[in-house]
Amino acid sequence: MRPFRYERPATAARAVAAAGGEAHFLAGGTTMVDLMKLDVMRPERLLDITQLEDGRYDFIDWDGKSLRIGALTAMATLADDDEVRRRVPMLSDALWLAASPQIRKAARIGGNVLQRTRCAYFRDTSYAQCNKREPGSGCAALDGGVTRGHAVLGTSSACIATYPGDFAQSLIALDAVVEILGKDGPRAVRFAELHRQPHSRPDIETTLEEGDLIVAFSIPDADFPRSRYLKVRDRESYAYALASTAGALRMDGDVVADIRIALGGVATVPWRAREAEEMLKGSSISEDGLERAAEAAFAGASTTEDNAYKVDLGKRTMVRTFLELARMEG
Amino acid sequence: MSETPDRMDFVSRRGLMKGGVAGAAILPASARAQTASSSEDADGTVPLQRMNVTLDVNGQARQLTIDTRSTLLDVLRHDLDLTGSKKGCDHGQCGACTVHIDGERRLSCLTLAAQAEGHEIVTIEGLGSENALHPMQQAFVDNDAFQCGYCTPGQIMSAVACIREGHAGSDAEIREYMSGNLCRCAAYPNIVAAVKQAKSGMEG
Ligand SMILES: Cc1cc2nc3c(=O)[nH]c(=O)nc-3n(C[C@H](O)[C@H](O)[C@H](O)COP(=O)(O)OP(=O)(O)OC[C@H]3O[C@@H](n4cnc5c(N)ncnc54)[C@H](O)[C@@H]3O)c2cc1C
Ligand code: SF4
Ligand code: FES
Ligand code: FES
Repeated sequence: MRPFRYERPATAARAVAAAGGEAHFLAGGTTMVDLMKLDVMRPERLLDITQLEDGRYDFIDWDGKSLRIGALTAMATLADDDEVRRRVPMLSDALWLAASPQIRKAARIGGNVLQRTRCAYFRDTSYAQCNKREPGSGCAALDGGVTRGHAVLGTSSACIATYPGDFAQSLIALDAVVEILGKDGPRAVRFAELHRQPHSRPDIETTLEEGDLIVAFSIPDADFPRSRYLKVRDRESYAYALASTAGALRMDGDVVADIRIALGGVATVPWRAREAEEMLKGSSISEDGLERAAEAAFAGASTTEDNAYKVDLGKRTMVRTFLELARMEG
Repeated sequence: MSETPDRMDFVSRRGLMKGGVAGAAILPASARAQTASSSEDADGTVPLQRMNVTLDVNGQARQLTIDTRSTLLDVLRHDLDLTGSKKGCDHGQCGACTVHIDGERRLSCLTLAAQAEGHEIVTIEGLGSENALHPMQQAFVDNDAFQCGYCTPGQIMSAVACIREGHAGSDAEIREYMSGNLCRCAAYPNIVAAVKQAKSGMEG
């Protein structure tokens, strides 16, 4: 690991002022320290934001139907919150099904949404080719690599790395808003606009600007008791998604009044399946209808020999999620 | 988790060497200030940074001067000679390094020692004593919940926290909430039995 300066800014404003360039925030460190050991991330200064003294950044506040969660809330705290479990289970599910109990105690939800891909060629600097690590160097995955875990949606000829996180799928499905403190003061952006598809610059993963600190996520309309996060993976627990669905449903009698679909494990960024949502809105839930919608959700898929299975797996995961939600008491 | 441990080991060790060598060459003997001020080198690289910390480990305040890169695991094992916490993967994937920080289970391999300052750290050495085993240690012995024993300190620290968190309600829940601790010897059924036995001991 390269040497770096460790600092504990006293306030969020000071953290933001100090950040930028090779000065990065440190939350739980479960992405940062891991990738520093691998020499993939090379900060010169780490700004520990877990000990800010100017206020609490770990909170879970309901105000009517809106929910606000501090960015430094630990994954485990949110996963175990009783009211969140009852009112919007997909948020809790996406967290307790992720990583391990120890990691969930350390990791914070702000760092969680910014976790980096698990593409083996990104993580291993002995591969010279990786456009995400070294812009313009090529892509070892596309150039004959093993791509079983790679993405089929939102890919480009420069990078097909999967966005590995679970929680972000629930946030994007719930129309969450990201509250940011930046060098020019506070602002808010839609969560759907936080991540960038790779296009020709896979190294630029988000729309955040230098020094931007995520302080909270807010969800204006968060009451979705009929929601869940279904995750399919190689082993039963402690593994990343091969395919997952964050699904939420509101019924008006037999008719779908509101439906939210986000797909994990299959795309380069948190992925909202809006076409599929439009097809299902206003009709009743049927297996046929769901299959047609899933078809539409994956219509733009681009596959390799290794990851072609993800199209079927992704569709089935989506269909099963909503068949199960339809059977739930609403 | 598609990369092989061998490859990861190789990469991380090489990375450490790089930093270590560069750091040693430019470290002035006096660079032992709280947060060594880092005037950058002529070539732009950051010199090695040392920092004085006080870590609260097993109820004792331990004063140390550490390289900011040190993980809590390395400080426990190398500086404090507490070798009960094990290094399995060094990347958050196996749980062998599990300790308690403020009573919660955490991975010491992904925790910078600097970040642990100001928090109560308990390792397997601080859980029980040879004459008075913690109920979980006794349960692991009673249930033969290990073979080689390498994962065991991590399993025990994790299991104690699992019960405290209220995540040991059924066999299935124990398996899910102990999934962050891998056992190469696959002592899993016996580990579940040990957790159940200790649960009645800890709660009763
Ligand atoms: C073995 C293993 C298995 C895992 N499995 C899963 C899984 O199945 N599903 C899953 O979703 N995740 C998984 N993870 C990833 C894990 O959830 C993330 O590493 C974690 O959530 C990151 O949070 P952190 O607080 O540790 O972030 P850090 O490592 O501290 O930070 C991550 C990044 O975010 C930046 N950052 C942190 N906080 C902020 C903020 N408030 N504002 C702006 N920037 C910020 C940091 O500068 C850094 O670049 C796994 C990780 C490991 C090691
Ligand atoms: S898929 Fe993306 S992250 Fe992986 S090697 Fe190619 S460019 Fe790098
Ligand atoms: S040594 Fe494997 S998780 Fe820490
Ligand atoms: S007892 Fe050998 S690894 Fe668990």
